[in-house]
Amino acid sequence: MTDISSIPQDREAGFGDYVALLKPRVMSLVVFTALVGMLVAPVGINPFVGMVAILFIAIGGGASGALNMWWDADIDAKMRRTQKRPTVTGAVPAEEAKVLGFALSGISVIMLFLATNWVAAALLAFTIFFYVVIYTMWLKRWTPQNIVIGGAAGAFPPMIGWAAVTGDISVASVLMFALTFAWTPPHFWSLALFVKSDYKDAGVPMLTVTHGRKVTRNHILGYSFVLGLVAIALGLTSVGGPTYMAVAVAMNLWFIKLAIDVFRRTDADSEADGHLVERKLFKFSLLYLFVHFGMLLVEHTLTTFGLGGW
Amino acid sequence: MASQIRAEHELHRRRLSRNIGLGVTLLLFVGMMYGLTIAKVGTDPTDELGAPWAAAQDKAAK
Repeated sequence: MTDISSIPQDREAGFGDYVALLKPRVMSLVVFTALVGMLVAPVGINPFVGMVAILFIAIGGGASGALNMWWDADIDAKMRRTQKRPTVTGAVPAEEAKVLGFALSGISVIMLFLATNWVAAALLAFTIFFYVVIYTMWLKRWTPQNIVIGGAAGAFPPMIGWAAVTGDISVASVLMFALTFAWTPPHFWSLALFVKSDYKDAGVPMLTVTHGRKVTRNHILGYSFVLGLVAIALGLTSVGGPTYMAVAVAMNLWFIKLAIDVFRRTDADSEADGHLVERKLFKFSLLYLFVHFGMLLVEHTLTTFGLGGW
Repeated sequence: MASQIRAEHELHRRRLSRNIGLGVTLLLFVGMMYGLTIAKVGTDPTDELGAPWAAAQDKAAK
């Protein structure tokens, strides 16, 4: 044995494979919403400290992504969307994803505590726990409401950003959480209606599979009403204002209009035009979330010039 | 000779991207800790370094 390099792996993992474990695309949403939560808070923060806080919120989110890939390597291998994940291709062994995930979870929570305060750090720790234990380990394979509960994990970042600055939780920050929380179900279910899914093969209960597509359409409509209420309520808090409200009302009416269109259709209509309306709703939902958080920033900026807020 | 010690093992080349990536990450972490220290101490009203800054903030607020 003269060669120690014969490791039973298809290919050596590069740095990029480890970055991929942290789900960079999910991270970008986390960074954006956490940043908004931080900037619209009533007090300021040293910009460098703020930047560090955002970084570790993102790394905490990434760590939970790595833990998710460790736990779900078996089902990821069965679905086309997730087959390229490093834990599935074998570039990074699942065990290594676990170690990296736990290490980065610890580092991110401790660093956020040192940079800001314990409330923000505790919220981040809870988010990781929620995504990994409650969602990934427990609910995902057990109930078709998995998306509803799992969405909570993705909704926490603006609350963490807010807490990093203020050290507390407020009505405005809870409603920012509620916005992403109520947005997730119609967003994912509209996707589930037009993507030929292989969740069934993987044994993950999706609403479209367990309760049928008609029930999914009803749920989308129901949640879009809830979403509308949350978006308007958020506009009435200290972070809202007339500019946000005008945009929110218009966007929510349109969202509900699209949801009604989706609700009224049968699968035959949907097949006939290649799921055109479902695709429209999904696309609009992406814009919806981005614009709502963006408008909170706009309102905040206007307020500093004395033009925004109530 | 069955094997000899070489300065550059093939393993090093294969893992170059990981090693450089990790090295850069650690350097950035050190830089960040330094920056964080300066930022926190420099704006802490109870600290000698931060007191003038805090006083200036107070003055500006009035």
